[in-house]
Amino acid sequence: MPPKRTYRGGGGSRRQAGKGRGGAQTGPRTRQAPAQEEGDKEQGIQVEGVVAENLPNAVFRVALQSGHEVLAHVSGKIRMHFIRILPGDRVLVELSPYDLTRGRILYRYK
Amino acid sequence: MDRTGGGGEATRATRSGIVPKTAEEIEAIRAAGRVVRRALNAMRDAIVPGLSTTADLERAAVEVISGAGAASAFLGYAPHGMPPYPAWTCISVNEEVVHGIPGRRVLHSGDVVSCDVGVVLNGYYADAASTFPVGEISPEVERLLSVTREALERAIGQARAGARVGDISHAIERHARRHGFSVVHDLVGHGVGRQLHEAPQIPNFGAAGTGPVLPEGATLAIEPMVNMGRKDVEALEDQWTIVTRDRTVSAHFEHTVAVTANGALVLTQGD
Repeated sequence: MPPKRTYRGGGGSRRQAGKGRGGAQTGPRTRQAPAQEEGDKEQGIQVEGVVAENLPNAVFRVALQSGHEVLAHVSGKIRMHFIRILPGDRVLVELSPYDLTRGRILYRYK
Repeated sequence: MDRTGGGGEATRATRSGIVPKTAEEIEAIRAAGRVVRRALNAMRDAIVPGLSTTADLERAAVEVISGAGAASAFLGYAPHGMPPYPAWTCISVNEEVVHGIPGRRVLHSGDVVSCDVGVVLNGYYADAASTFPVGEISPEVERLLSVTREALERAIGQARAGARVGDISHAIERHARRHGFSVVHDLVGHGVGRQLHEAPQIPNFGAAGTGPVLPEGATLAIEPMVNMGRKDVEALEDQWTIVTRDRTVSAHFEHTVAVTANGALVLTQGD
């Protein structure tokens, strides 16, 4: 039973072979996940979760390890590097200290 | 479906998420693969032109699979946002590419019927498919079937430790296109073994020398889907059945194979 192709992770797709967006992904991909304490700008709670659903306007529903579900935007850094986020991806989410059902996706694990 | 290929297997998985299997695991997958092949044979033998329905073929497969103490890997399978798959096998007639749900459609002489069977036995999965002719088929459709079968053989010939997924993809695309057919882009082959779908995805098109490197012990379901007309496909109302958009005939052959240092072992072979 062949599954549907998702646009990341498949071998030999033309996009990966070429330049452009696929190439831009390679930089941040090899980097380490940001450490828990990352400078003084740190304010939210960082937790790991799995993307359950992508919603309009670059918002994602993320199921956290704690069992909660939050709505998360994508951080500017991720936007800048055209990192695509798909349902099923493991991500690092920073929760808003004001509203614990909202957060920001800081990192997509490989 | 866990794309990284098994939660607690992080230490075994390669960077691309492919989980190599031990020799014992490969034997377990082969045992499941034998059941798959027996079910496919039973489905082929159940074809009576003008009389049998796809549900009759399903019944023949169910008998073999349950008789072997195995279970269907497809029944109840529900990827994100999809209704659970309602049958033990996928049976796709003519313009149906894959994921056809067995039902009351009668098979007529001149049709082709693609049967896809996935079995889980003692926790290990195997997956294979064949497209069978019903009665007499036209020479052009006959050619589609042999080209698709050859594409699968060539793809398997590319699979060895150190090769890349793109080598497999390229072999399939090249063979199909050379004969004037197109390959489906929207569905892919996949790793298989401890789950029905594991890393890597194996597209049926692409450039040789690209994509993840295959480690020794990788187990893959390679499955070319080749269309007589254009490559575009769409889903029917039931959300499962995939048909060619131009409603031309499509063929589908699949084997589960294990990657070794000097080639691939076919695990879904006859007894």
